[in-house]
Amino acid sequence: MDAGLIAFWVGLIAATLRVATPLLYATLGALYSERSGVLNLGIEGIMFLGAFVGFAAAAQAESAGWAAALWVGLLAAIVAGALMGLLMALLTVHLGLNQHVSGLGVTLLCTGLALFGFRWVFGERAVLPRIAPFAPLDPLPGAPMLGPILNQHWLTYLAFLVVAPAAAWVLYRTRFGLRLRAVGENPEAADAAGISVFRMRTIAVTVGSALMAVGGAFLSLAQLGAFTPGIVAGRGWVCIALVIFARWDPLRAVLGALLFGGVFALQLRLQAQGVQLPYELLLALPYLVTIAALAIAGRNAPYPGAYLKPYRRE
Amino acid sequence: MALKIERRPAPVWLPPLLPLLAVVITFVLTSALVLLAGANPLRAYYHFLIEPLSSRVSALEVLVKATPLLLTGMAVMVAFYGGFWNIGAEGQFLVGATAATAVGLNMHGVPPWVALPLMALSGFAAGMAWALIPAVMKTRLHTDEVVTTLLLNTVALLLVSALLNGPWRDPISQWPQSPEIASTAILPKLAPRTRLHLGFLIALATAFVVGVLLRRTVFGLRVRAVGLQPKAARFAGIPVERMLLISALVSGGIAGLAGMVEVAGIHYRLIEAIAGGHGYTGILVAMLGNLSAPGVVLAALFIGLIDTGSQTVSRALGVPVYLGEIIQATLLLVTLAVLLLQNYRLRWERRG
Repeated sequence: MDAGLIAFWVGLIAATLRVATPLLYATLGALYSERSGVLNLGIEGIMFLGAFVGFAAAAQAESAGWAAALWVGLLAAIVAGALMGLLMALLTVHLGLNQHVSGLGVTLLCTGLALFGFRWVFGERAVLPRIAPFAPLDPLPGAPMLGPILNQHWLTYLAFLVVAPAAAWVLYRTRFGLRLRAVGENPEAADAAGISVFRMRTIAVTVGSALMAVGGAFLSLAQLGAFTPGIVAGRGWVCIALVIFARWDPLRAVLGALLFGGVFALQLRLQAQGVQLPYELLLALPYLVTIAALAIAGRNAPYPGAYLKPYRRE
Repeated sequence: MALKIERRPAPVWLPPLLPLLAVVITFVLTSALVLLAGANPLRAYYHFLIEPLSSRVSALEVLVKATPLLLTGMAVMVAFYGGFWNIGAEGQFLVGATAATAVGLNMHGVPPWVALPLMALSGFAAGMAWALIPAVMKTRLHTDEVVTTLLLNTVALLLVSALLNGPWRDPISQWPQSPEIASTAILPKLAPRTRLHLGFLIALATAFVVGVLLRRTVFGLRVRAVGLQPKAARFAGIPVERMLLISALVSGGIAGLAGMVEVAGIHYRLIEAIAGGHGYTGILVAMLGNLSAPGVVLAALFIGLIDTGSQTVSRALGVPVYLGEIIQATLLLVTLAVLLLQNYRLRWERRG
């Protein structure tokens, strides 16, 4: 292979990992929630709120001269995501409201809160406020090929090496995971066996929402170092599709995130190479691929047994 | 203590009061943010709810803002009524607006009574076509329509953006917007020196027709049966797939018509921000209107009022204009919760 081609592939693989990171966090978050029987359509908004809260907290901490400003931002995003998860759980788990509409309401609420907060904290400025984002880890600086591929944010390493395997372990190898899946498959039987359906679902939705917020915070704290109204741009909706594509399995979710990240990164590369296509059509490509994938993989998808069904003790 | 929910039908006087209750609760909840932004909540709600109605121009502006919401609200209502979870009104609105613009750009010298119906038809048809994809995927492949309609919203936005940055870019301003449609393709004004246009009456007429169709005909009964109990409906011999398909297509068509109305009534051209979340707000309008046509009309007017009010409150008190969006989202969630009281009673109970 000539050097240009190698550089193309190395760049593509590196970009794929970067693009896939927020998708993986949010997909795993949605997966926990759905495995307990709750579809969380708040995902797009929770990612957006996570991106904003993370950025705003980090910017405030930075201007106060704190050394760990970015960590403060990340923590704040996690807390904001968990709070939205509790709200979502109150609505869908405890009150048993329609999950589609509640989730969209949460998305609208988060969007409004983030935009309101942005204006309130930063006012109207001509120049976008910026922070110094997380620096990538560079374990093999200067190494050919592997060097640039491994030059990733620690949040990327965490997602692929810890959070996703941990999700698989928790779901399939722990009592907690068994209970979580039980309330998602058959809440009546789980309840009869003494498992609190409400508590398990509340935990799943809350933890899941915190993960979604981390996915959003990755965009503002690691990738951009800024917050813009278009920062999430439909990634949350893609994650909802990725969960179905992954057939509710964390390790397949890794594959899905990489596949989508790959298509997205390829589209960016093609643009950079000056391919004669409107870039919006290339941008639409990942969505069209997802829809096509759903048409194929979504057939006979093994939806959790109690998916979308609120549980009520009568 | 635990929250206990008991099934119990509400007394007859209660349901009409529930949306009102939701509004009151919402305003109490959002007062915290108003205080945070350094304003007096009572003054803020005065600017939100009363001031827009105090002048002719701003009162009619409420109707202008309500027009697209009335249509997207009806679109969502039709789909939800029939059990098709159409979250794609935003995308259907966009393709409707695009198709209507395509026609409107070529209507120079054509009389309005030809141009306008052609535009409305093309907007309706384009919205239908966009809803056809998720509808067929749902009935044939059993693909979750929520996901497909959501993804298609983004695709529609990207297509519009590609058009406006490419072949349709306005040659005069060089902005990413289409050139102006023909002057004969513009909806006539209903009141001089305001933005109120014929689209408002189109929206009202649509609401009337859809309301009668759903509540007063056998067709409406069958759509509702499919929406409520698909298995029972199939057992009763109703062609479930066909009814789902029809409600999805009508829904998409109405959302597409909303796009046409905004092009021909307000902007006179296609712009990227033309849908501006109206598709999503339509879900709020449909739920707040309790999935009934008169309810949707009232809900659209109310949200139109809040939309207008968020501008006046922002100007008067310096509160970020996004407060309106927060109020709308809170209202949606509170409405959902309050509507529980139609069928359930909440009770605190000692655990044991």
